[in-house]
Amino acid sequence: MNIPDQILKPEERILFSLRALYGRYGYTPYRMRKFETYDLYAGNKDFLSSEQIIAFSDTDGTLLALKPDVTLSIVRSGRDAPGEVQKVYYQENVYRPSRQGQGYREILQTGVECIGALDEYCLSEVLEMAAESLRTIAPRAVLHISHMGLVRRLTRLAGLGEADERRAVAALSARSAHELAAVCRDAGSTPEAADCLRRLIDLPEDLPRALDALEALPCAEEAAVLRRVTDALRDTPDYGMLTLDVSTVNDLGYYNGLVFRGYVADVPERVIAGGQYDPLLPKLGRRGGAVGFAVYLDALERQQQGTGRLDADVLLVYPEGTPAARVAQAARRLRADGLAVCAQKTVPDKLRVERIERLEESGVDARD
Amino acid sequence: MTEWLTVALPKGRLGEKVYGLFAQAGFPCEGVLSDTRQLIFDNEALRVRYFWAKPSDVSIYVEQGAADIGVAGKDILLEYRPDVYELMDLNTGRCRMAVAAPEGAWLDPERTLRVATKFSRIAKDYYAGLGREIEIIHLNGSIEIAPLLKLSDVIVDIVETGTTLRENHLEVIDVVAQISARLIANKAAYAFKRARIGSLMSALEGKL
Repeated sequence: MNIPDQILKPEERILFSLRALYGRYGYTPYRMRKFETYDLYAGNKDFLSSEQIIAFSDTDGTLLALKPDVTLSIVRSGRDAPGEVQKVYYQENVYRPSRQGQGYREILQTGVECIGALDEYCLSEVLEMAAESLRTIAPRAVLHISHMGLVRRLTRLAGLGEADERRAVAALSARSAHELAAVCRDAGSTPEAADCLRRLIDLPEDLPRALDALEALPCAEEAAVLRRVTDALRDTPDYGMLTLDVSTVNDLGYYNGLVFRGYVADVPERVIAGGQYDPLLPKLGRRGGAVGFAVYLDALERQQQGTGRLDADVLLVYPEGTPAARVAQAARRLRADGLAVCAQKTVPDKLRVERIERLEESGVDARD
Repeated sequence: MTEWLTVALPKGRLGEKVYGLFAQAGFPCEGVLSDTRQLIFDNEALRVRYFWAKPSDVSIYVEQGAADIGVAGKDILLEYRPDVYELMDLNTGRCRMAVAAPEGAWLDPERTLRVATKFSRIAKDYYAGLGREIEIIHLNGSIEIAPLLKLSDVIVDIVETGTTLRENHLEVIDVVAQISARLIANKAAYAFKRARIGSLMSALEGKL
């Protein structure tokens, strides 16, 4: 059955397009139940965007949770096989507090996970899928990339302890050179080490130039990984949307390599976030590496506000007592012309239609 | 064509001073400082738009993308932790977030400390860092009265000159953070308007 484009809401169209996109890369759908055991989240709170979880007791007393995250379930449920990589995508509702702190929200989220014998091809493939996802959502998009390893390397070089490292990551995340300088000053970092961290904030916007600048810093290993992974996309239209931006940072305890965040024009927050999270695997009894991303479809609501859709093309108004067969025949005639028809005895207050047609008692139709 | 740059300014003297810096940095807009009921001011030629907002709301406008950039006090950023870039310290509106207690007061370390403040999160984080058990008494104004009326042992509040504290026989016993006005930006807006925001920052650096 062909579904006309105008029937689909924008987010539904995006969802179907993304499903087709991920299928083209050989990723298979992952289905999960609505509930998970609470202990999965309680033991990995740092991995979640919020510690607040909707928990409840099952009929046998087991503590369950409405899932706030999908990645943990995918990692836990998968099985390792030598040399293999588990490649899945999901489209699931998750339950999290709203960022404005006004109660919990049900959020439709889609994303991909690539787990197992990870190599640099896997990283570039996931990065390409993230870029393609952004282009599916909007023609104008930016994908910021970074590497958590380089952040760790330079903070260690600056002699930052755990608490100062957290402050430094927060300052990098805020592109806040003055706060970063204060952290280094408090920690007694050498001017050279502080300068290396400072220069991360000022990297050029152009990716090849930014990688050149990064290679001049004492984090050549991570810079080389980023260059090889992004070079794999060089001949694609996606390469132009990549920007090296070290404000793209995630939790250092879970993310250890490539990290990225995607933005589209007219949406005021990230619509894609992802990265390499190898350290999570041993915590859940898995081996190898993992990379993935989530697409935050709820963020797109703002972009689609005000894209006025009609409830129907025609409102067919018929008088009280009109024989059902006559109303049905008139409605069928309009539908045969490809129009969406809503039949009512009166004009509903809030129904939005292109035009109104009236089925007169005399049998003569009139148009408004 | 250059995209519009929307700027949220905090109402009051600080906002007026900051607008002066922006205007000198090449982003002027007629009418911004005029005494009018107009809410939004556009400079069509430069494609820059300004609006005034309650100081504590500026970060909300920026985080939600209603403004691309704005100016907010560090106190607001520490308390509400909006997901925004904090691009520059504008070195204006300088003051301290401090703990103050009645002059000469002895604070029993074995007792739960009662802290009156309108900056609950800042106070909670500060004392968590010290490992001190506290009880927060959230107030919305006239914080200095709290210890005088035995509502609290100490207050956590903004101190500019210290005159109000002295007049009420209070003294600063600890400084929690240095506060000043910060240039903030929406993260998505920055991704698409980086060059424009960058040129504003470069120009501002020369004015500070």
